[in-house]
Amino acid sequence: MCLALPALVTELLPDDLAKVELGGVRQKISLALVSDVALGDYVIVHVGYALAKLDPEEAAKTLALFEEISQQPTEAR
Amino acid sequence: MKYIDEFRNGEVARGLAKAIAAEVEPGRAYRLMEFCGGHTHAISRYGLEDLLPDGIRMIHGPGCPVCVLPIGRIDAALWLAAQPGVTLCSYGDMLRVPGSERRSLLKAKAAGADIRMVQSTQDALALAQKRPDRQVVFFAIGFETTTPPSAVALKQAQALGLANFSMFSNHVLTPPAIAHILDSDETVKLDGFVGPAHVSTVIGSRPYEGAAAHYNKPVVIAGFEPLDVLQAVLMLVRQVNQGRAEVENEFARAVTRDGNLKAQALVAEVFELRPWFEWRGLGRVADSALAIRPEFAAFDAERRWPVPDISVADNPACDCGAILRGLKRPVECRLFGTVCTPDNPMGSCMVSAEGACAAHWTYGRFREGETR
Amino acid sequence: MTLPRRAHPRPLDLAHGRVDLSHGGGGRAMAQLVEEIFLAAFDNEALRQKNDQAAFDIPGGRMVMTTDGYVIHPLFFPGGDIGSLAVHGTINDVAMAGARPLYLSAGFIIEEGFPLADLKRIADSMAQASKEAGVPVVTGDTKVVERGKGDGVFITTAGIGLVPPGVVISGDRARPGDVILLSGTMGDHGVAVMSRREGLEFETDLVSDSAALHFLVAAMVARAPGIRTLRDPTRGGLAATLNEITAQSQIGMLIDETLVPVRDEVRGACELLGLDPLHVANEGKLICICPPEDADSLLAVMRAHPLGAEAARVGICRADPRHFVQMETAQGGRRIVDWLAGEQLPRIC
Repeated sequence: MCLALPALVTELLPDDLAKVELGGVRQKISLALVSDVALGDYVIVHVGYALAKLDPEEAAKTLALFEEISQQPTEAR
Repeated sequence: MKYIDEFRNGEVARGLAKAIAAEVEPGRAYRLMEFCGGHTHAISRYGLEDLLPDGIRMIHGPGCPVCVLPIGRIDAALWLAAQPGVTLCSYGDMLRVPGSERRSLLKAKAAGADIRMVQSTQDALALAQKRPDRQVVFFAIGFETTTPPSAVALKQAQALGLANFSMFSNHVLTPPAIAHILDSDETVKLDGFVGPAHVSTVIGSRPYEGAAAHYNKPVVIAGFEPLDVLQAVLMLVRQVNQGRAEVENEFARAVTRDGNLKAQALVAEVFELRPWFEWRGLGRVADSALAIRPEFAAFDAERRWPVPDISVADNPACDCGAILRGLKRPVECRLFGTVCTPDNPMGSCMVSAEGACAAHWTYGRFREGETR
Repeated sequence: MTLPRRAHPRPLDLAHGRVDLSHGGGGRAMAQLVEEIFLAAFDNEALRQKNDQAAFDIPGGRMVMTTDGYVIHPLFFPGGDIGSLAVHGTINDVAMAGARPLYLSAGFIIEEGFPLADLKRIADSMAQASKEAGVPVVTGDTKVVERGKGDGVFITTAGIGLVPPGVVISGDRARPGDVILLSGTMGDHGVAVMSRREGLEFETDLVSDSAALHFLVAAMVARAPGIRTLRDPTRGGLAATLNEITAQSQIGMLIDETLVPVRDEVRGACELLGLDPLHVANEGKLICICPPEDADSLLAVMRAHPLGAEAARVGICRADPRHFVQMETAQGGRRIVDWLAGEQLPRIC
């Protein structure tokens, strides 16, 4: 439910704030709910707050799994 | 858009759909509930039911905080907005939802109430600081995803010593709602759950383990993109076929077993459980909602004002209760599409874009030979 | 020695002055406002006559007339302002009948206290849009309302044009089998304007696509006079406009999501706000519904024009007693593209 989106951290700002970018659009958000966010990280953003860091390795693993499954030959039942 | 577009790939989607079709046992029915309104919306918006084999039936659960907010609580928000000196701040989702007598925040605004749409609790805080002459009340709604941002705002309000900021809390909880649905004799027999995406980012996957074991149902936590949903369905089909009832995490790129401990701690510091809360379409659910702790009483709108507490019943012909339990589909409700449409919602399922009836109306009503 | 009498003792203070009620009173103050701001900007033969009306000969044939009101907020946005928008929008309404726009009128309802500098900026922008389009504003009107009774300035327009002989372009002419073409990307204007609205904090380099489409239309009609329908998807976006046409023509439609052009920034902004680009306004794009044999040549004509460089074929008309606009999603599913009751609101859920 809650629309939340992965966005790229492009600038770290004082007061636990940051600028993020999604598809070329930039927004200021709060980092009050996360720790150790660095420039170049992707964060999940909801109502102006980062809720978590996105794990690029897990993302890659998931996509690779999708590719593998979707290309498996399947027999019609 | 990175981490979004890749998870919408059409070719891979069709490949996953084929894999699901290959693993579904012929003649077997799989009744899977997606708890979260975001998943209901995604399934409709991407037309995913067209890709799923006939044996799979997706049942749309009550995970839409706008939908399950009782009419009485909207009336209470309208009451607050009408108090002298109050500026009511709200997320866009709530503005058109009708309370009693078809009143809504948008209509109240048109009649002169000071109601502002905000994107974030930060906006409401900033407004309170900019306008010390106004009493800023934030209309807080949402599941566990949206609660931490409210907690942050309350703590900041306390640190700043703001005298003119308060919150009307309507935050609700996911696991109690799942349990309530499963405990109900009336719910259709469910074979598994698609678990919420971003709620789980906050609470982690651990809270579902008890329910999976106790009710013996598999739970697969899924992201919101179409490939996430399809993969989760595949994982559920496998668990059902193998007789397993485990919690699996498809959304591993954003969800861990522990979740966001920092956010959880903040919420625990600021909020406490209400003994019960009314959910539109479900009735009273125990331990399912949050109130602001006494330590933050100065920022609790329900303590600052004598907010009326009235329970308003839905139209008796409204079938939302049955629809939320998978007993009926939207088209089987007499009111669907006749009296009840997104422009004139009669019950929780139609009230927001994510409700089962609204999603079907907006994206799917061309099926099934319905009239416009 | 007497000093020569001047019409107005002092010029308007365009840098710091504000509109006041006397500027709408019909007296000398109003005449000065009209002269120094509007006539100075538009400066054409008709206006120089300073009548309350413009007189001109009408060439014979079928005329088109349209009227519009512009109440946009904010008044100035990336890629345009209420003035240029008023010119483009009115020209486009005329052009969507396949007509050549001839003349425009412009009425201004100005709120007391409105800065003269902003009024001049708007008038100059309108004049430039009008000149570039080759469609003069030949008559106008000015009113001033009390402070609080108007949102800065409202502009109402009318436009007239001439339809080429034998051309009949209308919303009720689409038939099953006809092809649906779009002249370019969807959602640019709405998102550009939203980025400047209070309460929606996001930054983007997106600009409004506000533009006059009549030259593009003329080229299209010349190539394929059998075009059935033209319409610009303004408020309500592509979704509203396609649904209007299915209702008028009593047909259904099937479009392909992957073929509808949308800029990355529009996608990004819509994702952030929880909006659907198909419901977001455009001010420099058109939908063209044509017989299937004309589709390829029309696409070529559109793509050769700067305002149609990203033109695309997006779908087809079909028989459907329920008049739905159906869409095949990128994943291969189906859904409908519905007509919203009101404006989309940003959502968090």
